[in-house]
Amino acid sequence: MTCSEFMKELTDYLDNTMDQHTRAEVEDHLQWCHNCYVVCNTTKRTIEIYRDFQVFELPDDLRNRLRTAIISKCKQHKSTTDA
Amino acid sequence: MEAIESKVGSPVSDESVLVDAARNGDVGAFEQLVRRYDRNVFRIAQHITQNREDAEDVVQDAFLKAFQNLGQFQGKSKFYTWLVRIAVNESLMRLRRRHPERMVSLDEGVKTEEGSMPREVADWYPNPEQLYSQAELKGILSKTIQGLPLVFRTVFVLRDVEALSTEETAEALNLSIPAVKSRLMRARLKLRDRLNKYFKRRNGDSRQ
Repeated sequence: MTCSEFMKELTDYLDNTMDQHTRAEVEDHLQWCHNCYVVCNTTKRTIEIYRDFQVFELPDDLRNRLRTAIISKCKQHKSTTDA
Repeated sequence: MEAIESKVGSPVSDESVLVDAARNGDVGAFEQLVRRYDRNVFRIAQHITQNREDAEDVVQDAFLKAFQNLGQFQGKSKFYTWLVRIAVNESLMRLRRRHPERMVSLDEGVKTEEGSMPREVADWYPNPEQLYSQAELKGILSKTIQGLPLVFRTVFVLRDVEALSTEETAEALNLSIPAVKSRLMRARLKLRDRLNKYFKRRNGDSRQ
């Protein structure tokens, strides 16, 4: 497997959605190609870091305010459709 | 190297019961669905619109629209995927309204360039968590993903942050599966490249 072939497989490899044969080829390539190993590892870290550090949190007070507004509008909608 | 394990997800066993009850007008059941997914909808909306007020409006409008249209939800897909689709459309609508001059589409032509190696290959050392405080790290992550073109950041957020499957992401964004895969690939590599400048091994650090 060449580096360029490896790059085409990277996403499926990280998502664990490839057949065993291709996976073995990818892992063999990673054994000896340091550059691809680093790209693979840092791409994996990119995904993990975004998953672990949620950039946009919904603060509790805003969350409660939004939910109250949503539920009140739903009740309003229900009362007009029930009528 | 191990594949990435999903840390996001919620039990869906009782979900169809809640959805059925909400469809029959049970607002309490719908409130439980709101509690389950409001944070996800807010994050998705904020990532797409890049505007806090718009994201707040999207949360309200997406859930209200979902409640009003539950009769049309067939149950062929997950409720969450259906809700995300509504939230994405609401977000895009607000983005168009705020930036009418921009082309706002998830289907714009994307050069795939699959198979090309990144220009800069450098290991990350020490760990970003050791290099930066939590607040600094969040700032870097936020700035970096906000600089990504719409189509890439949307696919990345749905697939990698909110952990929808490739098929669910395709359904939520009305894209083909190959289109989701190629955009995801580009998004991951672009983010990696951009984070590299903050996280790469510092000069003078000789540890292997």
